[in-house]
Amino acid sequence: MKFGVVVFPGSNCDHDAWYAVSAPLGQPAEFLWHDTESVGDCDAVILPGGFAYGDYLRCGAIAKFSPVMRAVKKFAQDGGLVLGICNGFQILVESGLLPGALIRNRGLKFICRPVALRIETANSPFSGAGAKGQTLTVPIAHGEGCYYADDRTLDRLEAEDRVVFRYTDNPNGSLRDIAGVLNEGRNVLGMMPHPERAAEPLMGSSDGLVVLRSMVAALAGSRA
Amino acid sequence: MTITPDLIASHQLSQDEYDKIVSLLGREPTYTELGIFSVMWSEHCSYKSSRLHLKKLPTRSKLVVQGPGENAGIIDIGGGYAIAFKIESHNHPSFIEPFQGAATGVGGILRDIFTMGARPIAVMDSLRFGPLDDPEAGPRNRRIVEGVVSGIAHYGNCFGVPTIGGECLFEPSYNGNPLVNVFALGVFKKDEIFYARASGVGNPVIYVGAKTGRDGIHGASMASAEFSEESSQKRPNVQVGDPFMEKLLLEACLEAMQTGAIVGIQDMGAAGLTCSTCEMGSRGNTGIEIDLKLVPQRETGMTPYEIMLSESQERMLLVAEKGREQEVVRVYKKWGLDAVTIGVVTDDGMLRVTDHGTVVAEIPNRALADEAPLYDRPHTTPCRVAPMEAPAFQSRGLNADLAALLASPDVCSKRWIWEQYDHMVRTNTTQIPGGDAAIVRIKETGSSVAMALDGNGRYASLSPREGARLAVAECCRNLSVVGALPVAATNCLNFGNPERPEIMAQLVEAIEGMAEACRHFETPITGGNVSLYNETLGEAIFPTPVLGIIGLMKTATPVTIDFKRPGRPIVLLGGLGTCEDARFGGTAYAKAILKRCWGLPPALDMDYEKRVQTAMREIVAAGLAESAHDLSDGGLAVALAESSFGPAGVGAEIQFASGMRPELLLFHEGPSRILISTDQPEEVLAIAARHNIEAPVAGHTIEGRISIRNRSETLIDCEVRALRAAWEGALAADLRA
Repeated sequence: MKFGVVVFPGSNCDHDAWYAVSAPLGQPAEFLWHDTESVGDCDAVILPGGFAYGDYLRCGAIAKFSPVMRAVKKFAQDGGLVLGICNGFQILVESGLLPGALIRNRGLKFICRPVALRIETANSPFSGAGAKGQTLTVPIAHGEGCYYADDRTLDRLEAEDRVVFRYTDNPNGSLRDIAGVLNEGRNVLGMMPHPERAAEPLMGSSDGLVVLRSMVAALAGSRA
Repeated sequence: MTITPDLIASHQLSQDEYDKIVSLLGREPTYTELGIFSVMWSEHCSYKSSRLHLKKLPTRSKLVVQGPGENAGIIDIGGGYAIAFKIESHNHPSFIEPFQGAATGVGGILRDIFTMGARPIAVMDSLRFGPLDDPEAGPRNRRIVEGVVSGIAHYGNCFGVPTIGGECLFEPSYNGNPLVNVFALGVFKKDEIFYARASGVGNPVIYVGAKTGRDGIHGASMASAEFSEESSQKRPNVQVGDPFMEKLLLEACLEAMQTGAIVGIQDMGAAGLTCSTCEMGSRGNTGIEIDLKLVPQRETGMTPYEIMLSESQERMLLVAEKGREQEVVRVYKKWGLDAVTIGVVTDDGMLRVTDHGTVVAEIPNRALADEAPLYDRPHTTPCRVAPMEAPAFQSRGLNADLAALLASPDVCSKRWIWEQYDHMVRTNTTQIPGGDAAIVRIKETGSSVAMALDGNGRYASLSPREGARLAVAECCRNLSVVGALPVAATNCLNFGNPERPEIMAQLVEAIEGMAEACRHFETPITGGNVSLYNETLGEAIFPTPVLGIIGLMKTATPVTIDFKRPGRPIVLLGGLGTCEDARFGGTAYAKAILKRCWGLPPALDMDYEKRVQTAMREIVAAGLAESAHDLSDGGLAVALAESSFGPAGVGAEIQFASGMRPELLLFHEGPSRILISTDQPEEVLAIAARHNIEAPVAGHTIEGRISIRNRSETLIDCEVRALRAAWEGALAADLRA
């Protein structure tokens, strides 16, 4: 399964995502430069963390206009798996691929620490390798990760079983403790925590591999 | 413009220095030339007061690839790879404008690393502030802490380098002069190192990165003067950082270096375009001619003086092979950056600056970079305020003392700070902040690099020589505790006004003490920074020599501070140590509980210390330590408490039979001591015996309590949970006050 890792000029978790996919996961990975118009022959796309174009404006607000995002949208519309991590989640929201918004953390400060996530549904290509109710330890590192949406949207997300991860101890004020959500087609996931940072025991946790392994399994299943 | 004595003085040049300029040029300088000389000959750029003494430091070893004199020091880490590292101060700007001052301090040191071709993989910070509860300066100090921490976070987090540790201490002497010392480390292939030399006559000189503006003009000179009441007017001297631009510059430079077309490269830091041109020319024994009309500018109407002295951030100067400019330019264009040929390397050794065809400056490169005045400033006995005599003192309750000490600003948890730093990006951090040393693995080699920053201004204020030696010893001990072999060091020397003989004496003695200890522990100094004139209205800071030391180790799950399981024997490697009242006055206890400072710092036996460290590394290598933590601020009781603050909440029951009085037994800061919990005490004791060091089994770990008894007397008996609460919440509470 070939993973494409998008590189915006200000991406800074691109190498980490690439490394997690190629080393612990053992799958091929390639970088997709931000001005490319196509995701090529990738089976899945990761939008990594960072500060896409500096993000001095609202996070992800400029990235949504980049050529690669046109390609990612098309890929998602055709059912391709897209995982947005941290800044990647912010970009997916800005691009309209996911509902809601990510606003400043409740405490107004950047927070970097491991948090506990509860898998809310195993019915997704990003969590199928886990079990509903299972807790994962995965780090967060963001200043603007407070998930926000109106009640109707939140109700709908819950009714359609599209909340994949919740914080067990909400670090940033996200409404209804939401840490990761799916699109309607269930093939696009945005999450603030960094699964690629929890991919080896040496890094303190390898729980993040649940997300990546789920994707591999889902892709294998869809091919079979 | 006519050069008047007032103009000379306002450039912080003495009449003698001006006369030397005239004799070097053989004529009066132009206004632009005066500006150029004033920044290059500033204390910050020329080290004119410290150079003579810095020569006493050891700088070589088999592993040192590059010592002082380049953008950063380099050591060989094996496997075909090397690391570049350095510490630098950004003290003055951080007082005037904390957020941008600290942010650009990070930016500057990062450029020093990647200009050599290394990718930065770790940052650490050594910070000093005035007390948060100071009756007068408290509110300002709190604002400075908030600003500095968020500035460091802003820059490092966006750039994508993990900030993995450091230290943060508080003293009234930093009220008007906070210290922000930033350390950075990068990794690269040993045969892909780039140097800041301009060679090859006829080669193009190319300007890359951000455009030049009017910010930071005379920043280097500002950093070379004391503060007065008017210092807030210097805000325009502080530069503004753009971490996204820096990230682009990093990627573009590393990619451009791969083309093979780059001959030499230097960042534009202090003294900007002036420093990078004349230093590259001087190192390459060449001349450089540039035309200012070609320099990318973001403001209109800038004079040659302003362009040459601007310290706008995120800029680099490089020399490329003639005819291959386009290969370089193409890479920078890809990253959306300016890359403009602004001049050429010449054979006459001159820095020649033209503006629309008119020569505005023409100075021998060597005169600027190498012939700055060198002063042997008079030095007497080091300035000291504290009395030698110990006062009478007695604890009013040891349990309460321990809780208060744990909640004191110097000792309390610094989590509030380091959780604002992305300390995990690049997925190499195997030991996060809060440990004795920080560790990153090197994916390319399968090995790891540990690093620690240490400097105790209070010790150094009592004896600069002993304080500097203790800082080296502690730094090396912190590395040994995690199992790393200390191999090389960088230093940041923060002092007051060197024109005062008693301050100069502090500097001289600290350098000599550091030299002695660095020789002893085999950690040559490969570079660093001197920050003088840290004075406000005649009040100097405590002499603050800060060490950053690097250790090499195998990649493995690190030994951490916290006790893991109850029922484990606890070994005090190095023993109880000794202390008399006269050497207790520099401790955290004397400061936080007794509110006094006196005497001398703890006594250090460097031979013994080295044996303790060697034994410790053997214990880690043999996998015998379940936890390990060195004794430093707050001594034994604080180290025991900190070891109990892990997720397991495991405490300790300790029994001594010592004749030392309780305050000293619990809180003295004698060096060469490490707490280890182990399930194989016999093996640990055997290693200690082989190195001829004391290693009493002091007790064992237990659930949830800390109890320390001496003979039949209970000195400490506390719940871990209560102590932890005091330690963990203190800093955030102090900042809210």
